[in-house]
Parts: sequence; structure tokens; C-alpha cells
Amino acid sequence: MKGAAVHSQTQTGGHEAHPQLGFVRTYVFSTDHKVIGIQYMITSMLFLLSGFFMMLMMRWQLAWPGQPIPIIGQFLPETMAPGGVMLPEFYNQLGAMHGTIMVFLGIVPLGVAAFGNFVLPLQIGAKDMAFPFLNMLSYWIFLVGGILMLSSFAMPGGAAQSGWTSYAPLADLAPPGQTMWLIAMTFIITSSLFGAINFIVTTLNLRARGMTWLRLPFFVWCQFVTAILLVLAFPVLQGGAILQLLDRVAKANFFIPANLIFGGAPVEQPGGGNPLLWQHLFWFLAHPEVYVLLLPEFGIVAEILANGTRKPLFGYFELVVSVCAIGALSFIVWAHHMFLSGMRTDVTKFFTVTTMIISIPSVMVLTCFLLSLRGGSIHFTTPMLFALAFIPMFGIGGLTGLPLGFTPTDIYLHDTLYVIGHFHYVVVTGSLIALFGGLYYWFPKMFGRTMNEFWGKVHFWLTVTAMNGIFFPMMWQGMAGVLRRQYDPTAQIHNHPTLPLNKVMTISAICLALAQIPFVLNFFISIFKGKKTSANPWNATTLDWAACPSPPPHGNFAGELAIHRGPYEYSVPGHKTDWSPQHVPEKELS
Amino acid sequence: MNAPEQLYGWWVPVKASTYAAQLDTQLDIFHWAMLLIFVLWGIYFVYCLAHYRARPGVPAVRGQLSVAKSMVPDGIILVFEMFMIFVIGLPVWAQVMETFPEEKKANVVHVIAQQFAWNFHYPGPDGEFGRRDIHLVSSGNPIGLDDSDPASKDDIVSINTMPAPLGKPTLAYLTSMDVIHGFNVPAFRTKQDVTPGMRVRIWFEPILRGKFEIACAQLCGLAHYRMLGNVEVMTQEEFDAWIQKKLADKAEL
Ligand code: HEM
Ligand SMILES: [Cu+2]
Ligand SMILES: [Cu+2]
Repeated sequence: MKGAAVHSQTQTGGHEAHPQLGFVRTYVFSTDHKVIGIQYMITSMLFLLSGFFMMLMMRWQLAWPGQPIPIIGQFLPETMAPGGVMLPEFYNQLGAMHGTIMVFLGIVPLGVAAFGNFVLPLQIGAKDMAFPFLNMLSYWIFLVGGILMLSSFAMPGGAAQSGWTSYAPLADLAPPGQTMWLIAMTFIITSSLFGAINFIVTTLNLRARGMTWLRLPFFVWCQFVTAILLVLAFPVLQGGAILQLLDRVAKANFFIPANLIFGGAPVEQPGGGNPLLWQHLFWFLAHPEVYVLLLPEFGIVAEILANGTRKPLFGYFELVVSVCAIGALSFIVWAHHMFLSGMRTDVTKFFTVTTMIISIPSVMVLTCFLLSLRGGSIHFTTPMLFALAFIPMFGIGGLTGLPLGFTPTDIYLHDTLYVIGHFHYVVVTGSLIALFGGLYYWFPKMFGRTMNEFWGKVHFWLTVTAMNGIFFPMMWQGMAGVLRRQYDPTAQIHNHPTLPLNKVMTISAICLALAQIPFVLNFFISIFKGKKTSANPWNATTLDWAACPSPPPHGNFAGELAIHRGPYEYSVPGHKTDWSPQHVPEKELS
Repeated sequence: MNAPEQLYGWWVPVKASTYAAQLDTQLDIFHWAMLLIFVLWGIYFVYCLAHYRARPGVPAVRGQLSVAKSMVPDGIILVFEMFMIFVIGLPVWAQVMETFPEEKKANVVHVIAQQFAWNFHYPGPDGEFGRRDIHLVSSGNPIGLDDSDPASKDDIVSINTMPAPLGKPTLAYLTSMDVIHGFNVPAFRTKQDVTPGMRVRIWFEPILRGKFEIACAQLCGLAHYRMLGNVEVMTQEEFDAWIQKKLADKAEL
């Protein structure tokens, strides 16, 4: 894989006649999809970090209950941690906020808004998103929502504390922080909807000439399906959040049944509402949401695998069909979170069958990834390490989902740490690992410089090891019956045998924190000081690499692109190089 | 049989109810199957990494394997899952969650959850539950039992302790006075959300004497973690004696 002589005229990219914009319009209130993507990236990484620190405090309490939190503890106010020792209320706030922040302000914006914004228009040969202004608006609404969410810790009684699921009536009757959670969520949802509409319209209308549906890079397919999920599922939670808000501020009773006693006194509301309604509305969004947490990462892994094995992805068409199937099926599995809610038991049978069926396209994706390695020439670059690790790690996450989606075994496992371990294998060792891979992979395109490979590999090995040190013991505790959302695990007798594992997990979590230091340093130092790179350092075939410089100028491409072939034409017999870019005519290649 | 070390360990707790063994078998089947799938995949994965690592002069070979063949593992997993549901799973689900003992032959209890305690309401010798009203709730009357109802004269209320006779099914009706709680007895493999506004039926039949922890499984507020209780499994005679003692205590008041 050497030489870069394939691209002739397209190399320089295109500055169209653009009036010079000032600093503020270029980097702050920008409508350029690339700048917005990078803004989303930095912001969501900061949110990930804040959610992670919340988690570290919780993990401290779980391993050493009742001991003052080191370093941070002394700065916390009396209402959260008197004498540095966390209160149960504060633990519940951290738990709810960790879940909310990680999902809605961390992984989703990083996978969808950051990578989607930056990469998708480049890969389809578009000069920008279909609605650049809406795109900018989406970022700023997201930022407001995120800041509101974090600031809710300052509300009287603290932040939301009813779990990220905000089950009614607990959440209906909770302190004012919950109101802030609901308001912040409506901002975040609005922002996601603006983004998703943009992605759909852009993919439909702005593909370059010859970029047919089956020539789209798999990443674009994943983002497209994700955007459809967001548009169809999020409005339901938006509606639910508004109903809960009305319950709280206008005593509307959508989710509050009659005859409740709260804090020793009868609740002065006529009731008539139904707590299960909230659960249905919430999970109708939140199940598709877990695929929103995953599909973009499938796309990232696919891009890296094809490039790092120097051969076409195995079963491109099968992959596309699988992802579409996952998208469609994800709307009819939501009640598998409610098997034990008191919902009719024969309805659960429908959902257990759909849940087993939706596992099949995920297995197909994994099989295709695995078979993509076959016959390849595997280059163990940093992004490739992350993409490869995704395969077995996501495998564990997916497999452990089986006994949870299966009604008889879910009776025992429901609400235990087994559930938490399972979905962290999916979203942390799966999605987050893939996102790290994506960061290393597209970094040269974003900043025109490369990240250090050595420190990248150090980061990789430490991170993967530490993550397994957290989540494997967690599932094990779940098998022993340890429940989730427990402030003090020593309170319950059945937890006692496995308590030592808590220390293993907390120490692993601290190691995971330390393992991010090489990453953060590598990232920021490389932005300014990294080795300068060419347009296509990975010798990739897709337009984002092959058809524009690094970083791409405003407007991305010079002139009109014409697409001649599928996305992963690597090692084509008879071609001069082992990569055949999508936009280069046949005669220039052979 | 009572020491916690004998009940709880590094894997699932003792099997203290009639259906625990059946549910555990299903967990076992799944975990062995998962392990098998993971190991087979893992071996192939490691083989590929080693065999197809980039080597100078060895170019990548574009695939020849047919897509149909690649779907064989997917098909096997689908067949396995459907087998698990229809042959293994649904009969057990039907037995545990959908088939209930007759009230006359069971120990019937009303479980009334509140922040952060479990109240157990027994009908007493007459087998009839007295009327309850939330407006009567007070510190001395946690479930708001209406004393003017003749049926409630011999009713018994127990807080955080749930006596249950050995070898006889217990039929429990779960309700909540405030938020959602989770009735969960790990040693019995019993778990059910307790949702306000709903009355949900569950049953279990203990097969071991002893004290088995009840730990709330749904986040219900700041003291969720210590919303605990015990099922105390005793012989029928001990159970009857306990009822009589409670009635005597009640008469004294
Ligand atoms: C990277 C390091 C992470 C660690 C060490 C971690 C650890 C934990 C732990 C220990 C819990 C609480 C279990 C309990 O309730 O007792 C938890 C809950 C949760 N985590 Fe994470 N997590 C991490 C990342 C993430 C990410 C990336 C996401 C989402 C995309 C996520 C989503 C959640 C959710 C939704 C909950 C449930 C919160 C609730 O109970 O309402 N976590 N996590
Ligand atoms: Cu789900
Ligand atoms: Cu609880």
C-alpha cells in the first residue's frame, strides 16, 4: 500500500467564491458541518468525562461505603456529602445523572452528531448538510440542554434522582431537580430531531452523481437508519416528558393513580393515571435509543475494518439488510424492559419472541465483521485495534442480552447488576471502544495531523483491560443476586459473599480514568503539534479520504464528483494500487 | 440451615422454592450455550488475526465465501432461541407466572409496600381480609385497616417479616401505597414489580425452612437500599402458633 498518485485534479479541494468570515462565524456560530461536528465532538467528550467522574464517586461509595470520598469529597456541600461521605440522595442523583448524561449527552451526540456531521456529507460527496442553519441550531440547543441538565445539581433538593428512566410516580413526586431534568430533556430531544431531519434529507438529496444506494459506505447507511429511529422514537418521549412535566407543575395526573400516600400524608390529587403508561412511553423511545447508541458504531467499525484488512467488507448487502431490519424491529421490542412490571403475562410472550428475533440481525452483523477478516491483510494500527476489540467485546454484550430478553431467566436477573454489566459491555466496551477507534481514524482528516501511534496503543491496551475489570465482575455479582441502584451494598445479606469484587471494580475504574491521560494529552498535543499528514494517510477508498484534502476546506470538494464504484474496492486485481477510490474512473486505475 | 453463608455465595443463592431449580436450569443452559458460541467465535477470531496479519508480499484476497453459507451460524442461533422459547421457556413461564394455587389451599397474604417497608396483611382464621382505607393510615395502623369492618377483627399485620408455611404454596397480592417497589426474594427466584394503582398476584412454595431475605428491586427513593424484610419459612404448626400468638397480642391491646 504505497503511492498516492491516483487522484489528479481533485486533490486540492475547492474554495468557492466565499466572502471571508470572521473568527466567530467560522469557529463559534459556524454553519459548516465539519466545524459543527468538531464542536459536538469536544462537547460530548466533556460530558462523557463529567458522567465518568460522577461514576467514580459512586464506585468509591460502593467499594468503601461510608468512607469520605478522597480529594473531591471535601469540596462537596453538606447537602451532598457531609464530611466527604456521600448521602443516599446524592448517590441516587449521581446514578440518574450518570445514566442520562452518558446516554443523551455523551455517546449519542458523539456517535451521531459528531461523527455523523463530520463524516456523512464527506462520504456522500456533499458540500454541506442540507440545512446548515438548522444544523447550527441543533448544536446550540444541545448545549443549552446539557448545561441545564448539569446545573440541576444546584436545584433545591439536588438533581433528578429517580434513575435515568424517571419512573412515575417516584419521579412525579420527586424534588424540583426532576422538573429541570424534564426541561433539559426537551431541549436535547429537540436538538436531536433537528439533527436527524438534516441527516435524512442530506442522504436523500445531496449524494454525488453515481452514488447509488448500494454504493453508499456502510457508515452512511448506519447513520441514515439511526436518523430515522430518532425521528420516529424521540417525539414519543418528548410527549411523555411534557406529560410528566404537567403532572408535576399542573397536577395533571397522567401517571399518578388514586389513593397514594407520600411522606405520611395522602397525595392531594384525584389520581386516575397509570404508572405503566410512562414506562411504555419511555421504553418506546429508549429501546430504539439503545440502537442509536450502537448503529453509528457499527458503521465506524465497518469503515475501519475494510480499510485495515485491505479488502471489501464481507456481505455488504447482508449488512445493509441487517441494519434496516434492526431499525424496523427495534420498534416492537420495547416491553422487554417491562416483563415484570405487572403487564399482562401473555403480552410478554410477543415481546420475548421479537427480542430473540432482533438478536439475529445483530449476530449477522457480527458474523460479517468476523468473516471480513478472512483473506485480509490485517494492519494493526491504533484504530484497527479498537475496531477489532469491538468484535469480541460487543459479542459478550450481545450474548448476555439473551437471558435478559428471555422471560423465565429475566425473573431472576431483572434489576440486578447483571443488567448493568450487560449493557455496559454493549455501550462501553462496544460503542465507546468503537468511538475511540473512530477518533483515531478520522483525526487526520479533522485536523490535518496524526495522533501518536505508540501512545494510542498504550491507551488501547490499558482501556480495554480496565473496562473488563469493571464490567465482568459486575455481571458476576448480578448472578449472585446483587441489585442495581444500591447506595450501600453491605446493607443486604445476600450481597456479602461477592462484596470483595466491588474493590476490584472500583480500582479498575480508577485505572480506566488514569488510562485516559495518554489519550487526552495525545489528542490535544496532536491537534497543534502532530505529524502533518497527506489527504489520504490510510489509503482509503471512500470520498472523505480520497477526494478532499485534510482538513477539507469550506465546501469540501473541488467541482462535481462522479462515482464509479462501490465503497470498499480494496485489492482489486489489475489495479495499480490496492485501493480504488470511489470517484476515480477506471482508466486512471489500471 | 439458617446461616447466611449457607444460603448465599458466589453464584445463585440456594434453591429454596419449588420453581428455583427449573429457573436455574434455564440460566445454566443459556450460559453454557453463550460460552460455547463465544469460544467458537473467539477461536476463529484469533485464528484470523494470526493467519491474516499483514505480511510483506502477501496481498489481501478478495472473498469467495458465499453469503448463504455465512448465514449458517445465524440460522443455528435462531433455531436455538426459538427452541428455548417454545420448548423450554414458555411452559416454565406459564407455570411460574400464570398458574396460581387455589386460594383455599394456599396461604393468602396481601403485601402492601410503602417507602421503605414491607407490610404483610394476613386474613386470620376467618380467611377474609378486612377493608383498608388510606385515610385511616397512622403510625399504629400502617396499612389503614378499618376496625369497624367485622372481617378485620382477626386480621394480622406484620411489618418486614413474612411468615410462610413450609410445603404449602403462598399466594400474595402485591400493592403499593406510594411508588413502585420490587418484591424480590433471591433464594426463591421470585421477583415482581409492585406498582401503585395495580394489584398483582404472585406465588411461591418454599422447600426449606429458614429466613430468606426480601430486598426491594425497584428504585423507590433514598432508603431503597435498606427496604428489606425476610420471609420466615416455618412448619404449618409453627405458622398456626404464630397466628394465635399475634391474635392474643392483638386482644391485649
Ligand atoms: C466508562 C465507564 C463507565 C462506568 C465505570 C460505568 C459504571 C456504571 C455503574 C457502576 C452504574 C451503576 C450501577 C448501579 O446502579 O448500581 C452505572 C449505571 C448506568 N450507566 Fe454506566 N458506566 C460507564 C459508562 C457508561 C456509558 C458510556 C453509558 C451510556 C451510554 C452508561 C450508562 C449507564 C446507565 C443508563 C446506567 C443506569 C443508571 C440508572 O440506574 O438509572 N454508563 N454505570
Ligand atoms: Cu430494550
Ligand atoms: Cu426500593
